[in-house]
Amino acid sequence: MTGSRVISLGHYQPSRVVTNDELAQIVDTSDEWIRDRVGIQQRRIAADGETVADMAGIAAEKALAGSGLSATDIDMVIVATCSSVDRCPNVASRVAAHLGIAAPAAMDLNTACSGFSYALATADHAIRAGAAHNAIVVGAEKLSDLTDWTDRTTCILFGDGAGAAVVRATADGEEPGVGPVVWGSAPDKKDTLKIEGWRPYIWQEGQAVFRWATTAIPPIALQACERAGVDPSEIAAFVAHQANARIIDGIAKRLNLTNAIIAKDIVESGNTSAASIPLALSKLVERREVPSGAPVLLMGFGGGLTYSGQVIRCP
Amino acid sequence: MSSREEIVAGLAAILEEVAGVNPADVSEEKSFTEDLDIDSLSMVEVVVAAEEKFGVKIPDDQVQNLKTVGDAVSYIVANA
Repeated sequence: MTGSRVISLGHYQPSRVVTNDELAQIVDTSDEWIRDRVGIQQRRIAADGETVADMAGIAAEKALAGSGLSATDIDMVIVATCSSVDRCPNVASRVAAHLGIAAPAAMDLNTACSGFSYALATADHAIRAGAAHNAIVVGAEKLSDLTDWTDRTTCILFGDGAGAAVVRATADGEEPGVGPVVWGSAPDKKDTLKIEGWRPYIWQEGQAVFRWATTAIPPIALQACERAGVDPSEIAAFVAHQANARIIDGIAKRLNLTNAIIAKDIVESGNTSAASIPLALSKLVERREVPSGAPVLLMGFGGGLTYSGQVIRCP
Repeated sequence: MSSREEIVAGLAAILEEVAGVNPADVSEEKSFTEDLDIDSLSMVEVVVAAEEKFGVKIPDDQVQNLKTVGDAVSYIVANA
């Protein structure tokens, strides 16, 4: 049976670095408090005119350049985002136009912070169904547009950026590299994290979301390993949504990942919602910290509340 | 049913595990945030561990009412 593999990755972050000390000048906070609570040292913030589509396009361009494929080979583009201001054309169409892809299936997908894993699964399923052969999957966010810069409980958390993956159908006899997805949601907790109204700002019940993430997500992640036929001790890297270093540690502790690198891109990028997993993963691969073919556990969770995880083989 | 003293000892063990609090510093009149330096996220971890240890449910909207160790003990006694 045909499956799919992630064959290359790319990422983009805006050039402007915003440190904790800078934030301490606009709200009542401190570098020490932010590091202690969420583990963030700095984040990247996009320029005024820089859009979600701009960032997604650059990340996708880099992923495509590393794939050995050309734009004409791509027949599907999926962009996970919850922060694109423009509704139409969607971000995926803009990315396709930027790359010169002629006629791909092009859609945006919004499950907030779990979006990249949902989008990767959707691409994998399309490929398995024969509806696509080579897909570009992007997570891209400009959360600075949705941030209340007077709210010290949230404005310290978020950053902007994009990460992308090229996913292709497996050849005859080749092992699939994208494992079965375990996805779902917790609609009963829908009001604990909101980006509502116009104009919208990100708001969350931090304690409730923290509790859900550290208690409900570990069993989901273990299920993703089980469905992939991979023991947690074999996982080479754990790339969770970069929400908060203490959530990442809390989940990792419950998974018994004895041999895994725990991605902590949050330290230098903050929480970039749907962009955080491909951003962190792309950097790990770029630094050659994970061997090609090694199993990597992706675990997205966030607004909705939604979650999605799968084990992939490192490109 | 555990005695109040046993519950305090159980909470002290949890506080040590979660946040490195010296068990000798834990007594009923101590405030989690003011005296024991437990921040809001550590408090969630304490609550989750206490639920497992004492077989109680402590919903999110109850957590804010647990200001002191004694508040938590009383809640556990009443709801276990």
